Order: sequence, then C-alpha cells, then structure tokens
Amino acid sequence: MTPPTLMLLSALGGAIVSALLPARGAERSARVVALVASLATLGCALAAYVGFDRSAEADALQFVTEIAWIETPRIRFLTGVDGIGVILLLLTGIVGVACVLFSWNVTHRPRAFFAWMLLVIAGACGVFQSLDLVLLFLFYEAVILPKYFLIAIWGSKDREYGAMKLTLYSVAGGALVLLGVILIAWQKEAGGFSIPALAGDRLPLALQLWVFPLLCVGFGVLAGLWPLHTWAPTGHAAAPTAASMLLAGLVMKLGSFGILRVAMPLCADALPAFAPALAGLGAAGIVAAALVALSRRDLKLVIGYSSVAHMGFVLLGLGTLDRIGIAGAVLQMFSHGLIAGLLFAVVGRMLYDRFHTRDLEALGALGPGRALPAVTVIFAAAAAASMGMPGFSGFIAEVSVLLGTWKRFPWLLLPVGFGIVVTAAFTVRALQVVLGRTRPSAAGETPDLREPAPAPAEPITLAEKLGAALLLGTSVWAGIFPQDLLALSLRAIESPMLHGIVQTAEGLAR
Amino acid sequence: MNAFPLLSLLIALPLAASVWVALLPARAARPVALGGSLATLAAALFLVRFFDPTATGLQAVERLPWIPALGAEFHLGIDGIGIGFVLLTAALVPFVLFAFPAAWCRDRLTFSLVLALESMLLGAFVAQNFLLWFLCYELTLIPAYLLIRLRGGPGRHPASLQFLLTTQLGGVALLIGFLAVQRAAGTFDLQELARMAGSGTLHATLAATFGFAGVGTLVFALVFLGLAVKIPLLPLHTWLPPAYAEAPTPVTMLLTGALSKLGLYGLLRLWVPLFPEELAAFRPQLVLLASVTVLASAFTALVQTDLKRVLAYSSINHLGLCTLAIVATAHGESGAARAGLQGALLLAINHGLTAPALFWFVGLLEARSGGVRGIGSFGGLRAVAPVFSGTMGIALFASLGLPGLNGFPGELLLFSALVPISPWAAAAGLIGLLITAVFLLRIVHRVFHGPVPAEHAGFADLAPGERRLAFAAVGGMVVLGLWPRLITDLLVAAGKGWIG
Repeated sequence: MTPPTLMLLSALGGAIVSALLPARGAERSARVVALVASLATLGCALAAYVGFDRSAEADALQFVTEIAWIETPRIRFLTGVDGIGVILLLLTGIVGVACVLFSWNVTHRPRAFFAWMLLVIAGACGVFQSLDLVLLFLFYEAVILPKYFLIAIWGSKDREYGAMKLTLYSVAGGALVLLGVILIAWQKEAGGFSIPALAGDRLPLALQLWVFPLLCVGFGVLAGLWPLHTWAPTGHAAAPTAASMLLAGLVMKLGSFGILRVAMPLCADALPAFAPALAGLGAAGIVAAALVALSRRDLKLVIGYSSVAHMGFVLLGLGTLDRIGIAGAVLQMFSHGLIAGLLFAVVGRMLYDRFHTRDLEALGALGPGRALPAVTVIFAAAAAASMGMPGFSGFIAEVSVLLGTWKRFPWLLLPVGFGIVVTAAFTVRALQVVLGRTRPSAAGETPDLREPAPAPAEPITLAEKLGAALLLGTSVWAGIFPQDLLALSLRAIESPMLHGIVQTAEGLAR
Repeated sequence: MNAFPLLSLLIALPLAASVWVALLPARAARPVALGGSLATLAAALFLVRFFDPTATGLQAVERLPWIPALGAEFHLGIDGIGIGFVLLTAALVPFVLFAFPAAWCRDRLTFSLVLALESMLLGAFVAQNFLLWFLCYELTLIPAYLLIRLRGGPGRHPASLQFLLTTQLGGVALLIGFLAVQRAAGTFDLQELARMAGSGTLHATLAATFGFAGVGTLVFALVFLGLAVKIPLLPLHTWLPPAYAEAPTPVTMLLTGALSKLGLYGLLRLWVPLFPEELAAFRPQLVLLASVTVLASAFTALVQTDLKRVLAYSSINHLGLCTLAIVATAHGESGAARAGLQGALLLAINHGLTAPALFWFVGLLEARSGGVRGIGSFGGLRAVAPVFSGTMGIALFASLGLPGLNGFPGELLLFSALVPISPWAAAAGLIGLLITAVFLLRIVHRVFHGPVPAEHAGFADLAPGERRLAFAAVGGMVVLGLWPRLITDLLVAAGKGWIG
C-alpha cells in the first residue's frame, strides 16, 4: 500500500472510529483519536514527500495504485501523485494536525465534530491523489456534506445562512463540473476516465471550447473565482475555527487543484482562448476582495476576504500558462493553506473564543494584545506572512506568479501591485486589534511598559502554541527554502500529463 | 581574502543577539544587546582591516546556491560602495543602545527589534543578489514599524501606518520593476546584471523579451520610484517627518542614521549600474527633481517650529543633495564624476553620525522640559547648561558644513565635482546649503542665546553618562573633519567596475 492511499485510509478510519466512540468521556477520547489519525495522515504525507523520487529518470506520476471498480462505464480506483500532488498532500497533513490542535476545546458533540472534520481531510486527500476523473469528482463532492454540518451545527453568528449559501454554491459549481464530465464521457466513454490518458488524447477543439468554461467555472467557484466568491467570506465567518481553517486551507485548494489537474490538461487546446479571462478574473479578485476587506469591521470577514484575494494569485498564476507562473500558483496554494489557517486560528480560537467579539473596534478596546502577548507575536508574524513579506512562503509564491504575469499580461501588474498594497493596508488594520489603541499621552513620555493587563483571559494553551508553531514554521521553511517545492512543481508541469498546458501557450507566443 | 564567512557572521551576530534578548529574562536585555552590537562592530572593524580599498570588484565573497529555479543565489560581497555603510551601521547601533534612557533598560522587545533591524540593514548592504537584497530591505520594515507603532509618541498610530504603507508601495513598485529584469535576463545577480548593462545587452534583452522598446524606461522608472520613496525625494517624502517625530529618540537615530541610507545605497547598487542609457536620457529631469527636493526641504525646514521636524527636513535636504550628486555625475568619464560619487558617499556616511547626534540632543531637550520641543520654547541654555549647548552647537555646525568638522569634506568633494559637470545643480545645492545654514543658526540663536524662560531655569546639564556619549559623538565629528581620509581611503575604488 502506498503512502497516499494509507493517508486516505487513516483519515477515513479516524472518522469512523471517532463516530463510533462510546459517549462516556467522548470529549477527551474523540480529540485524541482525531489527533492520532491526523498525525498518521501527516506521517503518510511526509513519507510521500520524502519518498518521492526526484531523480531525472523517475516517472512523473508515482505511488500509482490501480484497482478495478466498475466495468461499464469503466471507472477505476486509480490514484497516484506527481510533484504538485505531493505538495498538496503535505499541506493536507499539516493543516489537518493544526485543525485538531485548534479544536482541542470543542465539547459540543465532539465525536461527530471530529468525524466530520476527518471526512473533509479524507476527501481532500482523495481529490489530490485521484487520477481517474470520476473518482476525483466523487471525492470532490463528498466534501460538501461534512462542511455543511460543521458550519450548521458548530458555527457562530449567521451559521444557517453561511452554511446554506456555501452548500448551494458548492452544489452549483459541482453541477457545472458534472456537466463537463458528462460531455467528456459522451465523447470518450470507451477508454475510461484516466486523467493522464485523457490529457494525452484530447477532445476535439470545438468540444474543448465548451468543456473548459464548464469545468473552470465549476471548480473556480470553490477556488474563490471572482465574482462567484461570495460564499467564502460569509461561510468562513460563520464556521467554527477548525472549519474555517479547513475551508480556507484545503477546500478552496480543491477548486484550484481541479482547474490545474482536470480543466487545463484536458482542454489544453482551448486554453489560449480562455487564459486571459482566468488571469483577469484572478487579478480582479485580488483587487476587489482586498478593497472589501479594507471596509469590513468583522475581523473574520476581513480574513475571509483576504483568502479570496490570495486565491486570486493562484488563479492569476494558472492563467499565465507559464511554467514559473503555474509553479507560483502551486506554491501559493500551499502557502495560503498555512497562512489562512493560522489567521483563522488566531481570530477564531485565540481571540473570539476568549473575548466573544469579532468587531475590530470592540475587540481592540479589550486590549487582547496586552492580555495575551503570545497572540500579538503570532498575529504579527501571520500578518507579515499574509502581506507577502519576504522570508515567508507567500513572498516567493507571489514573486513567481508576478514573473509569469510579466511574461504574459504585463498590464495586469498595475492592478495587482495596487492589490498588494491594499492587502498590506487591511492586514495592518486588522493587526491594530492586538497592537493596542493609541493612548493620548504627553509628548515625550516614555510608554509605561508595566501597565496592568485589562480583560483577563484564559492563557494560550500548549495545543494552540504547537499548532501555530507548526503552521508558521512551515511557512518560514517554505519561504526560505522554496527550491524543492518549486522544482517539484516545475517537474510536474513538464510531465506528459500537464505539458500540453505550457506547450499550447508557447505555440501561441510563437 | 580567506574563506571565513565574515559577512554572514556580520548578519548573524545581531540576529542571534536579537533572538537571545527576546528569550532571556528582562534584566539581561541591555547587557546582551550591547554585547551583541559591540561584537558586530568588532566584526565590521575586522572587515575594514582586511578590506583592500584599491581593488575593484567584490571582496569577502560568499556564494551558495539558494533558489536556482528563480535565479536567486545566496551571494554576499563588499566593495567601496557598501563598506562605508556597513561600518556606519555597525558603529551607530551601540550609540543607539546607549541612548535609551534608564527607564527602558528592561524593555526586551525594543532591544530585540533594534538588533533585528541592524541585522537586516547589514544584510542589505552586503547582498549581491536582488532577491536576497530585497528580503533584507523589506524586512527592515517590520521592526521599524513595530518600534514606531508600539513605542512611539502620541501620534504614533497614523505615523507608523503612513510609514509602512508608503514604503510598501515603493517596495511593490521596485519589486515589480525588477521582476521584469529577471524575466528578461534570467538572473537576479546584481554583478551579472551590471555586466550585461555595461555591454548594452540588458537593454536589448528587455526590449526583445517584452516586445516593446519602452520597457527599459518603464522598469527604470519603477525601480526609481521605489527607491525615491525610501530616500525620500519630493513629493514622496511625507511619511518621513511624522515617523521621525513620533519614534522614540534612539529609534529615530537609527532611522535617520542607517535606514535612510538604504534608498541611497539602492540607487548605487541596483539602479545606476543597471540603467546607464536611461540615466543619461533622463538626467536633466532627475537633476531637476533632486534640486527641487534640496530646495523645498530646506525652505520647509525654515518654517517648521518643532525641532524634530526641522531636523527631519534637514535630513531630507542632505540625502537630496547626495542624490543630486549621484544623478548628476553617475557614469561620467572624468575623474570629477568619480569625485562626485565619493563626495555623496562621504556626505551620507557623515550624515549618519551628525543627524543621529542632533536627534539625540533634541531628545534630551524634550525629556528635560517635559515634552516640549518647539524652537521658541527655549532660550539661554548656554548659561544654564554649557556642556550641553557646546556639544550640541558643534553638532549643529557640523551639520551645516563648517570646515574642520565632518560635514565639510564631503560637501567640498561633492561641489567641486558638481560645479563643472552641472552648474545649475551646483547652484541649487548651494542655495539649499545656505538656507540650511540659516535654520541651523536659528536653532543656535533661539535655543542657546537670549533670556532663560522661567520654566527652564533649572535645566540640568549633561549627566556624566550623557557627557561621555556626547563627547564621543563630537569627537568623532572633529576627527572625521580633520582626517577625512579615514573614510575616503575606503572609497577610492567606489564605482569602479560598474561598466564591465
């Protein structure tokens, strides 16, 4: 059994065990089961990452598992990963463990909570390693139900609205994808649904021109494609902390991964026609979401819109159809998964659970930064990472995407550059909550460093510190040593499955 | 030079001290911070000792692969352009740490941030790969922002926000511009790019890659915009006066002494060598812009009443003068052109000594008078605090370029180069200098002379510790004024080898 399959099974197994636990003492046992299961998935992801053969003669697709499943239509359990899949499985493992650590205080129906959470992780694992189109779609759809329950049962303010909106958008996006899959099946049924095979033997161009928009918009809904992104901020804001982390960290990546793994290679000939639109919508998302984030007072909404802005970089990078631009998009998926997870953890778990307000003004007045210095440090680091400061993973990702943009759409750099500055502005605005309010004082007076802490709060627990250290540490590691991640992506882009993407674009340039 | 990674050590020492200060108990903060900064100074002096000023090209080079996929390399090296700034930064930080009043000596956060800032500054002055340089350049922002935001005066909130966002805007323009260079040339290596620019291939590669001829000019403008915010040139200077006025005095010393040199250094490292054609084409406009900066900042300083703001505009004035010399003389063939560059470097380094000293003196005024720093609030201090007035007076005269003090040699060198090459620029600079003299003398007149206001009758003169600091700074001004060769000898080869 390969590490990716084992990863899928450990998440699924954890979900089942958690659901079947006895009710007595479930508060403790459920989270322990979830932690063990998520650590097992992380272990498998690390095994896949370390064990992935990077030598020049190795196959692009590794850890391939093939099990016959349905004869007609020919659907198989066909899984395997390339460099991009490995990176995203690693992200899944890390975000999974962090989610459990930041859910350590869940006491309301803990067995169901952790079971649903592990199911989302299992679904993400499945999508990231599926090489059969129908299998991928099944995993993709399987995530919808657990995330609905996570928000509707454990959510906060406006949870029914947020959960329902998110589910409707997901279902609508899924329907578009399904339509695209049906069109492909109508044409290619006999050969089965192996994605590498379909990418090698593509549909006629006329059909690709229909299928690509269906798949791209369908997957794009989940990736926060502007203007279909509005589910994301409300859904993120209503969700419990762990679900926000999962939504921003993993579920949005399912959409962009779908575009890169399915829509683009299968319709590579149609890409020159649609890539400018994809890149333009990505850039529009960066600017529009950043501006909206600047105007919101609910801290969780601010972070929710920042996720849309950051996913705009992913879509922009994919739209460049350029090697380094796409590698940047993959790195941005990885990076955003970590940083958004961390920001939601700070806002949802560290601040909201303790101070019970998310309003910027009201929260700032309580002086959470003075009460909990650890939160100040973590939030400041997360804000710097989110702003795209060098030294964190987001910087290298943005640089790569911008390099790709220079190649293909230089004029888009103007709005994107503006978006980056606005991102810095709203991030600093959010950070003011912990930096304290400006206290009018006589000029030249040295600030009194021993001012007593206001609003006493439960101290930051060990689980929270560990979770924050895991996410921040990974972001810094990827920000300072991104070469391996970039090389993995670049290698995957050169593989037969994805090579068509850059090839058509280069034909266009010539 | 030997294979010992001295430049890495120079970056790592303050960084390690910064982390150490943050983790230790509060009472150890100041001794450890001072120890770290003095060790860094020792490393910098060691570097100067083994630096060969006559050699062209980089010394103490360290190269390690970093991100080959992006053409980024861990590439450090030092030459005549960087050495003075490295020495300045390393020498300034111990002064800054000494300048914190006793009430702050348990403030781990402040000391840790100051050392982190020092580490990033030194990194920027020795990095020879754009991505590494930009990393250090941008990361100076975080400690500087936090120092102003968390420890500044009553207006710290808007001041820090404006500082961060304006600088970030410049940083984004700079980054986006430079990425076009990488996209065309395939490397971030500044030496390699300078060689390409010298042989004329960089310009052609840019135009060929992006398919339109104006891209070279566009990139030139974007990089200049980014650096002009940092220097700052008018009209992008508005972040500076509030930031300098609101930051705690020792932090302002570091900002004006070392951080303000980053923009100037950026011009010399990644703008002048890379765009010789564009620089030649736009020289009149650039000279005009720099002249306007020199004149307007001098006139603005004249009408300010807040002493810190006067000094802030005076800082803009000095750096504008350095910029003026650089844009007017860069790439000139004659020896005078090289003298212009050396004059600008010398002036910048000496500004790094004089300006922090002046801010420190004003900080003392402010602390002793309960937060007053209006130019008209004082008077007659000469009588009640003679040592204070004497040392601050010398610093003021050094700032206005009195012969015998450290400001003069740089200005002499700079103007002697500027007059033959660009008489108009020289005239603008001289008028600016004249106005500077007026407002600095006005400080001398209003603060030290005249009747003593009743509330300042008990103004305390310098305490022994402060006296040592003041004498050290003023001594440095005299020594560097009389023996400018201590610095100029390091700069003789500066700017050689730009055109490969």
